[in-house]
Amino acid sequence: MIDPTAPDFWSGLFQVLLVGTGETLYMVGIALLLTVLVGLPLGIVLVGTERGGLFAAPFGSRPLGRVINRVLEFIVNLGRSVPFIILMVALIPLTRLIVGTFIGSTAAIVPLAVVAIPFFARMVEIAIKEVDSGLIEAAESLGATRWQIVSKVLVPESLSTLILGLSTTVTSIINFSAMVGTVAGGGLGQVAIQYGYQRYSTIHMVAVIILIFIIVMILQGTATWLARRFSHRARPARTRTSVPTAI
Amino acid sequence: MISIKHVSKTFGSGTGATTALDDVSLDVARGEIFGVIGQSGAGKSTLIRAVNLLERPTSGTVTVDGDELTLLSPDQLRVARRKIGMVFQHFNLLAGRTAQGNVELGLEIVGVTGAERRRRSLEILDLVGLGDKAGAYPAELSGGQKQRVGIARALAGNPKILLSDEATSALDPETTRSILDLVKTINVQLGLTVLLITHEMDVVKRVCDSAAMLEHGRILEQGSIVSLISTPGSRLAHELFPLGEVPPHAGNTVIEITFSGGSADRPVIAQLARNYGLDVSILGAAVETIGGKQAGRTRLELPGSPVANAAPIADLRGQGLLVEIVGDGAASWTPSSSSSAEGAHA
Repeated sequence: MIDPTAPDFWSGLFQVLLVGTGETLYMVGIALLLTVLVGLPLGIVLVGTERGGLFAAPFGSRPLGRVINRVLEFIVNLGRSVPFIILMVALIPLTRLIVGTFIGSTAAIVPLAVVAIPFFARMVEIAIKEVDSGLIEAAESLGATRWQIVSKVLVPESLSTLILGLSTTVTSIINFSAMVGTVAGGGLGQVAIQYGYQRYSTIHMVAVIILIFIIVMILQGTATWLARRFSHRARPARTRTSVPTAI
Repeated sequence: MISIKHVSKTFGSGTGATTALDDVSLDVARGEIFGVIGQSGAGKSTLIRAVNLLERPTSGTVTVDGDELTLLSPDQLRVARRKIGMVFQHFNLLAGRTAQGNVELGLEIVGVTGAERRRRSLEILDLVGLGDKAGAYPAELSGGQKQRVGIARALAGNPKILLSDEATSALDPETTRSILDLVKTINVQLGLTVLLITHEMDVVKRVCDSAAMLEHGRILEQGSIVSLISTPGSRLAHELFPLGEVPPHAGNTVIEITFSGGSADRPVIAQLARNYGLDVSILGAAVETIGGKQAGRTRLELPGSPVANAAPIADLRGQGLLVEIVGDGAASWTPSSSSSAEGAHA
């Protein structure tokens, strides 16, 4: 039991929350980076290897494309269907192999990235599929390579949808990052468990909830702002004051 | 410049297979505007996509500017495509790029960088009349302006050929005319060969030097407009000058005279009435300016049977006019469209 009237309570609370927030941001930040680095190409390949896709026949072989598509599809479904609490434990050997330990914030990055990558890959898949196939055709007619089509057409044209998908992904990484707190993964989740639950400090619990809420709000707000900034589809009415002159 | 030989394209296989193109051969000469006309589902889109191999034919060869595209490796094909610009019915502009950015896309792909890319993109936007809209996003442009950006993008890589896939079909008539005029201008100024597909006869009338008619994946006829006009029974010529349904004409002879070039200026009907004492009725007429020359078709009713009118008809033919007898035993052809056909007695 923690005594809120103790003279060093507030400074202690502040210290604990500061460390916890730092750890959470660190875990989430690195996991997010890995998620984008792996999930974005994964999503693009998932769409591309579909029938009639950009990479439908890698090295001129449609069966190879089909196999790649099936395998990735399986991995993504697997990653999406195993509950995080189980995945986290099941991945301990892998985490030890990569990080050397399964305790602490660095170790927590592994299960976080593993769960977020398939999630984000699906988001990427949805965003890329929304790109009008006519745009791909136009780029092909200009003599674009497949890489140019991906980098100049598919990704830029789906950017606002990608950003919104990414913000949903971050929110769920933050959610899962709290869960790793239960197995000594650090972060605000561990603060809530250790102080709020095990030592009955309501103030700690409330503070953690408020902090996580603020982090999520800031990220969502930024994502929405960025998405609007990159979307040139429908402009707000005020910029349309000048009616386009005929042709 | 473009030579399509025995090209067929089948989608699907087995019992579900559909043939979009059936042994199509087509030749487009350097510097001309060639129009392929046909209704939707005729295979036009497949045909024009076969020219830059966006759609690979099931069989046959496509040769563009001396390169047999159907034989090229994927890398060689990409380079060859840079000689072939393409514009689309729905413009297909990147929403996230400005007009200038869209034009620069074509230059980026070709590998033009930095200041040269900016200079060239602005120059092309000027050429298509959008110099002041370089910074506008497609959402801020009208349909006609978007298509001008589409044309500018297609021209960015200095192509020798422009493919136009129903480029004006999503535009209103006035905008259509201005876009067609632009196509004509770049055809003349840049010496570009243009292959366009359309379902609108007006497009063919306005800009095309040659045309082909596509139906159910087959070419029915093709050639220069001038030669098609003087070809008896040409469906293209009939659709260029629609005269409507042939009205009932009991006992009388209905003939259709096609004029082109010099004969359009002569008082043919007046001469006919005077020389043979005939009560000639004009059932319909359509006159167009095609390739800068007057051309047209007139439907006349002459009293009496075709046999009785053999002499005047022979006289008309002797003047170098194309005369076709419609109805009453002659192969009658009913046009689908019925504009500009007004009955009037002369």
